[in-house]
Amino acid sequence: MIRLTGIERVFRVGDEEVHALRGVSLDIAQGEYLSIMGPSGSGKSTLLNILGLLDRPNAGRYELNGHDVTGLADDELARVRREAIGFVFQFFHLVPRLTAGQNIELPMVLAGIDPAERRRRLDKLLADYGLVPRAGHRPDQLSGGQCQRVAIARAMSMGPTLILADEPTGNLDRHTGQEVMAVLERVHHEGGTVAVVTHDPEIGKRAHRRIRLVDGEIASDERSGDD
Amino acid sequence: MDSRKTLDSRIRGNDGCFAVRRAESDLMITRDFIAFTLASLKAHRLRTALTALGIAVGIASVILLTSIGEGLHRFVIAEFTQFGTNIIGVAPGRIQTHGASLGAVNTVRPLSIDDAIALRKAPYVQVADPLVQGNAEVVHAGKSRRVTLYGTGPDFSKALSMRVASGDYLPPDDPHAARAFVVLGSKVAFELFGTDNPLGSRIRVGSERYRVVGVMESKGQILGFDLDDTVFIPVARALDMFNRESLMEIHVTYEPTAPLAEVEEGLRRILVARHGAEDFTLTPQQKMLEVFGTVLDAITFAVAAIGGISLVVGGVGILTILTIGVAERTSEIGLLRAIGATQRSIMLLFLGEAALLSAIGGAAGLLLGWSIAVLLELTFPALPVHTPWMYAVLAELVAVGVGLAAGVMPARHAAGLDPLEALRSE
Repeated sequence: MIRLTGIERVFRVGDEEVHALRGVSLDIAQGEYLSIMGPSGSGKSTLLNILGLLDRPNAGRYELNGHDVTGLADDELARVRREAIGFVFQFFHLVPRLTAGQNIELPMVLAGIDPAERRRRLDKLLADYGLVPRAGHRPDQLSGGQCQRVAIARAMSMGPTLILADEPTGNLDRHTGQEVMAVLERVHHEGGTVAVVTHDPEIGKRAHRRIRLVDGEIASDERSGDD
Repeated sequence: MDSRKTLDSRIRGNDGCFAVRRAESDLMITRDFIAFTLASLKAHRLRTALTALGIAVGIASVILLTSIGEGLHRFVIAEFTQFGTNIIGVAPGRIQTHGASLGAVNTVRPLSIDDAIALRKAPYVQVADPLVQGNAEVVHAGKSRRVTLYGTGPDFSKALSMRVASGDYLPPDDPHAARAFVVLGSKVAFELFGTDNPLGSRIRVGSERYRVVGVMESKGQILGFDLDDTVFIPVARALDMFNRESLMEIHVTYEPTAPLAEVEEGLRRILVARHGAEDFTLTPQQKMLEVFGTVLDAITFAVAAIGGISLVVGGVGILTILTIGVAERTSEIGLLRAIGATQRSIMLLFLGEAALLSAIGGAAGLLLGWSIAVLLELTFPALPVHTPWMYAVLAELVAVGVGLAAGVMPARHAAGLDPLEALRSE
């Protein structure tokens, strides 16, 4: 489903060139649950951004669902993100003036989906993520865990091919973090492909496939037998 | 593949063609677009209100100033058309400029009563009435008053659409030997006779005695001339009184549907034949109105432009607030881009905010300007104020235009942000 081949990403910091990714090749299959770990500066966030089409590699090839997306124009990338990728961020990134329901609806609104269909999907998502009583609340009236559930529901609203979570528990206490991971894992159990970037080994261990990056290269790629 | 299908149906239901439709639609539904924009504006009520106020003041001042300009326009035109529009003034001498003093006569050949009589035969002409004007003292029963005296023919009131309140206007006597009759302006009648009926009374005008045959309806002032503080006597007697040979003007009225150029040509032909040269000036009322109209339009435009300055200031307000808004909402812009908003959508969202903000301000400004205009009208009835609805529509469009212009820069900046950088900005 996803095939990265020889991905290079170089940042220019002043006069220096920083190699964030050095020839990363990676296949991700439909329905996988993987974690990307590594020390800071190892390139794990850069890899996630490239997977999420928020960043472009300097070299290499990215195939998504059999299509080469490496050379797409900016607005085409936006369209692919909208259709195929769901993001979950460390700081939730909910729009503060919109209610939980409106935040979940936002990708569908941007995609121009008609209100009746949106309503139908929103009701389902609110029920699935236990947010029905919170639908009319604004983010500042929600707990961190609820905010992240809203963010996950939002990521799921377009039925994405891939869910990308960047330190999804980084801003939550341990208990709430585990709750949020349980929600992400449910997405995976229902057939979703989930990739989690984390520096927390306990979170990372939960995934069935664990990729470890060191200095922009894949140092290890382990799988548990149970998937 | 089975699990994938579960996910799909969980989210999308059984709507198989949905993916296709989704791919085609690249833009938000208009209603959502407006709702989203409104929510952004409502999130900062005070800020929105103050920014809109800037535009409101601009639009209000444009509306108010153009209303006064337009009111003035209508007032002046009404003042001049109260005598009718199908009038041509014939004055002695070649006077190229309009509006020369009535007394400043520099003529080659006098304009005579017989000229006026001859002009009645010109094509389309209804009335050609001679006029001489001056000052005279009128005396009755020990009261005396210095008034404006008009020496006219019997058709004067008809030519200038003036009405007689009681009695009649001067009778159609032999123009060279008319009887000593006088018609009084309403103010003169009141000053000399009070509430008594002046008809049939004898008064002294200059050194001669005249019999009052009529009293005019009140006509008010025009450009400083009190048209009621006047007396009207036969033109030949007035010429004798002032010891003049020439009339000051002949008022010619013509059939309203007649072509002006042909009317003018007819008059010119007759007078040139009588005088041997074109030593007179024709001044059609219509042409004067056109000149006035041009001048007054220019004044209206100028005051509108002055109001426009405050509108520009309002636009700068929008620019400022939107620039701040983009800076504050960088992270939100990043999120919107991450979840699939195109650059175009971001640009449209911010332009929409600018347009909505200025439209709200514009509407408030219209209301404000119009309220002040009504208030002015009620407080100072003499001040002519008129707000054509076209101006209101135009002002609202201008407001939205100003908003869009002010929004372009911040909106472009917002659209050009790198999604990743923007996301990190929190």
